[in-house]
Amino acid sequence: MLRSRIIPCLLIHNNGLVKTVKFKDKVYIGDPINTVKIFNEKQVDELMILDIDATVLGKEPNFKLIEKLANECRMPLCYGGGIKSSAQANKIFSLGVEKIALSSAALKNPDLINEISNMVGRQSVVVVLDIKKSLFGKYEIYTHNATNKVSGDIEATINQLIDRGVGELVINCVDHDGVMKGFDFTLLDRVYAVTSVPLTMLGGAGSLSDITEAVEKYKIVGVAAGSLFVFKGKYKAVLINYPENLLK
Amino acid sequence: MIGIVDYGIGNINAFSRVYKLLGMPHTFLTRPQDFDDRISKIILPGVGSFDHAMKTLNKSGLRDKLNEYVLDHEMPTLGVCVGFQMFCGRSEEGSEQGLNWIAGEVLKIKEKSLEDFMPLPHMGWNKVDVLKPNDLTNGIDAATGFYFLHSYQVVTKEDDIVASSQYGDTITSIYQKRNFYGIQPHPEKSHSNGIKFLENFGKL
Repeated sequence: MLRSRIIPCLLIHNNGLVKTVKFKDKVYIGDPINTVKIFNEKQVDELMILDIDATVLGKEPNFKLIEKLANECRMPLCYGGGIKSSAQANKIFSLGVEKIALSSAALKNPDLINEISNMVGRQSVVVVLDIKKSLFGKYEIYTHNATNKVSGDIEATINQLIDRGVGELVINCVDHDGVMKGFDFTLLDRVYAVTSVPLTMLGGAGSLSDITEAVEKYKIVGVAAGSLFVFKGKYKAVLINYPENLLK
Repeated sequence: MIGIVDYGIGNINAFSRVYKLLGMPHTFLTRPQDFDDRISKIILPGVGSFDHAMKTLNKSGLRDKLNEYVLDHEMPTLGVCVGFQMFCGRSEEGSEQGLNWIAGEVLKIKEKSLEDFMPLPHMGWNKVDVLKPNDLTNGIDAATGFYFLHSYQVVTKEDDIVASSQYGDTITSIYQKRNFYGIQPHPEKSHSNGIKFLENFGKL
């Protein structure tokens, strides 16, 4: 039987790894390559690495760094950040990355999804949706590190993304990011009901029981977390960690 | 020496990294002249869509050499993921002709209903049921299994299926007939099981 995927999610800022709270307050975690080496030893299911500078600064993906990361990873790697064209996506695949994550480019130019998906197959095309609750309790999609609101309701957007060839959807709850108090199941229930491709949730995991709760609820699902796998203890000391055989 | 076909598709560096770790001699087969008499085994990697991979291989100028080594010299050859699917003559995913080395065809995994929530692509770690243990499955922890990332699979003769996996449909996960070896998941990205599998292939 297929097991749920437990995925450390690492954020790149100024070529180092950081962790945020609600997409703000970056705390330096360490060197990306060293961290990948530790996660290799921990035999993690999969790794997600997102460059949070590239899109905001209008920069190309950092191909040199991606190549180093891909060469180091002994687990599948999903890379996101700054990808705007199928040529860039193709280059990243050729560096040895299994999946690419799109966000603002996919929402702005959905044809890009068709292009990449036709070229490499939908299994390698991931879209990350950053979702935030408004003051009035309405869930809204954001891009550019939660500074740019995108119009359109969640269900319709998801349907369109899947129709165009997305193979995995990552739902990133902005309000739960770094808070470590559990997932936003109200939002995830809504997404789950309309999603016909593998779903990965990100934002809020603070303990292993948050993970097992999500897996019991949704059976086969991707559970991603940042803080949980890079911090230890009440004072959030940096310590790269990963549960052994949690779902085996 | 293990020759890893470098036709622009698949993570050749990941294979090279594993064999470096194992201390097993290997090289990339980038040009036709790289196929020389030091080569004793071949790995055909693959990710992406069937047509894209076949078109890229056809353009690489390596296909004649590959046929010569695989068919005439009967060299042990391991296809990985789409590389394995390319062993077949055709795929439901596209219109390009495959290498037509083995009997069978590439079909879309039968999708289960949304209520069971086994969506395609089949993505993640799945166990393998070893039906016909052989040198390749030696020391493999079947319960831990391998990392899969695909929506299409090789449907072939039962006799040639070494291991299968369950995901709504029965998936051909490891294949062998004569010098043809295939694996649907990604051993180069499957930690200790993957390393063991690639070591087993290297030692054949």
